[in-house]
Amino acid sequence: MNKTMTLRSTLRLSALTLAASAALLTGVARAGEVEVLHWWTSGGEAKAAQALAATMKAKGHTWKDFAVAGGGGDSAMTVLKSRVVSGNPPAAAQIKGPSIQEWAREGVLTNLDDVAGPEHWDQLLPPQIAAGLKYKGHYVAAPVNVHRVNWLWVNTAVFKKAGIKPPTSWAEFFTAAEALKKAGVIPLAHGGQSWQDFTTFEDVALGVGGAAFYKKALVQLDPTALKSDTMKEVLTTFKKIKGYTDKNAPGRDWNLATAMVIRGEAGMQLMGDWAKGEFLAAGKTPGKDFECVASPGSAKDFSYNVDSLAMFQLKNAANAKAQRDLASALMSPDFQELFNLNKGSIPVRLNMNMDKFDACAKQSSKDFVESSKGGTLVPSIAHGMAVPSAVEGAMKDVVSQFWNSDKATVEDTMTKLVAAAKAQ
Amino acid sequence: MSTVSPLRRIDWLPKLVLAPSFVAAFLFIYGLIAWNGYLSVSESRLLPNYEFAGLDAYRALFDSDRFHVAAWNLVIFAFLFIAGSLAVGVLLAVLLNQKIRAEGVLRTVYLYPMALSFIVTGTAWKWILNPGLGLEHTVRGWGFASFSFDWLINPDRALYCIVIAGIWQSAGFVMALFLAGLRGIDESIIKAAQVDGASMPRIYLRILLPSLRPVFFSTVMVLSHIAIKSFDLVMALTAGGPGYATDLPATFMYSMAFTRGQINQGAASATLMLAAVAAIVVPYLYSELRSRR
Repeated sequence: MNKTMTLRSTLRLSALTLAASAALLTGVARAGEVEVLHWWTSGGEAKAAQALAATMKAKGHTWKDFAVAGGGGDSAMTVLKSRVVSGNPPAAAQIKGPSIQEWAREGVLTNLDDVAGPEHWDQLLPPQIAAGLKYKGHYVAAPVNVHRVNWLWVNTAVFKKAGIKPPTSWAEFFTAAEALKKAGVIPLAHGGQSWQDFTTFEDVALGVGGAAFYKKALVQLDPTALKSDTMKEVLTTFKKIKGYTDKNAPGRDWNLATAMVIRGEAGMQLMGDWAKGEFLAAGKTPGKDFECVASPGSAKDFSYNVDSLAMFQLKNAANAKAQRDLASALMSPDFQELFNLNKGSIPVRLNMNMDKFDACAKQSSKDFVESSKGGTLVPSIAHGMAVPSAVEGAMKDVVSQFWNSDKATVEDTMTKLVAAAKAQ
Repeated sequence: MSTVSPLRRIDWLPKLVLAPSFVAAFLFIYGLIAWNGYLSVSESRLLPNYEFAGLDAYRALFDSDRFHVAAWNLVIFAFLFIAGSLAVGVLLAVLLNQKIRAEGVLRTVYLYPMALSFIVTGTAWKWILNPGLGLEHTVRGWGFASFSFDWLINPDRALYCIVIAGIWQSAGFVMALFLAGLRGIDESIIKAAQVDGASMPRIYLRILLPSLRPVFFSTVMVLSHIAIKSFDLVMALTAGGPGYATDLPATFMYSMAFTRGQINQGAASATLMLAAVAAIVVPYLYSELRSRR
């Protein structure tokens, strides 16, 4: 606590000094202050956040960093709630998916149409993602990136040794897993935390059922889809995967699982593209040391996790002006490129030049654009993009219980999924 | 003799000094309890919302499979944790009471875990009990290839791992309380019993331990509230997993109120936890206060 406090005050101090010198040099009057609540605190993420701070300072505003550690953002949300309730919200906070609508319903978010309209956000963003950033037709949040969730990470050397190719269907996945088992490596690196179980479940649902089934079951929460033969197959396949993970998985963090693939202890991992950061940090090259392929059966689909900053209503006019500049900066091509090069994700703007990005990001960007045209772009349920947090949590519980308990049956689990879909 | 004594003149001073702390305690303990109680019957989801909703949150709670698991886990955990800590603690106290050498060192060794935070205990035991890192791995390394101790990752057994870590941490504290109690007993009672020809175990079972009833009660009191509010130990050791197999009401409350956007259900489960604590504390306070009078 103390460390973050001093860190924050040091940051604030340096921000103030910088802003003061900038103001002296350029003579900017009426500069505002933007306070941004985020949890980009790990390596690449922190760099990306610094890029944003630098952009804002270049515009003459004061950047007030409000970073709360904790990857999932639980503690950040708690802090945010107390700030909002006490009538002192930050300018922007990292909120995504249906939570944006939940916050907007509380009447605390501001209307960004005066920025989004002139800058043509509607044309720059895929309609589905734009809809997620709006409340009652008005923009209330600005997007920063897109993560693809349905990736399978493969250790090339291990696969070569076992004499197999990256699988493109679940049938091939199990053949490959058998071969890896024979070769003496753990077939699939997994971290047994409920969100990771849920991510795997989502990949299976997309690969087995396809985008249409996925949308019906996990976005619209249609009871007949949640209790169908397809869902039965999804659950059976999902459970079968567990046999190819090691027994030390429970509680393991995702980056430790990625490390197993990097070291060649395991052959594959099902994880979003933030895993790429771990590979790159370990000095590995995509296409040579490791490969990124779409999770089995989902080559044409793209399940997205879009990070965005929701903007709060501010009383101070100068700060509100700074907030507008922040929203505009977030969507600018320069920032989108800089931020995503650092974070490992891809720009949310369509038609971006991807020259500086690596092979995985290029593939991801191509699939993003194509799936958005083909209607196979789906929101990730495991990462808070598809359904309200209460429903997401309840379904995550059911899936995780099914994964972990040997007594849970497929029939029972489907009934529980239908019940969980009604949690409101 | 009309002068008022100087002592009488500042009669109001203690009241004034105590007033701020009384107001603070009243507001921040009882006020917040009342606030939490109201939230549990309100429409609150993401943020506190004061629209009245009746007992919906409690109904949802009793329908929730996860809450049933959490409540039942608490019953098992509290019973085993209290019984285990008492058994180990009393045994250690009796053994240490035998006028042995280096008692001070041993006492410190046993009491030391109490100085650790539950987070540390949980993290350490997470490594010890992890089959790939700790106990199982080590014993197999010694050549017992079939040795297996994978409770931590078994949904039906993981709760007992929490019990083990909890007992390890709290037994020393129980030992200290009982040792102090045993030392407070008059030597002459033991001498008298010995003159009557009673054996040492018999003296302990029939005379010394029964005379420590008050110590026993206060220990149970302290341990049971630790059990009910257990949060950090579970978070560090299993984070409620595998699945939600080791969820306790406190961890359930946290996830409902702070990550699921269901503040009303979180508040409802907090109210039930308060009721559980009250069910233990109130009769105790009642008996204590009545006997003092």
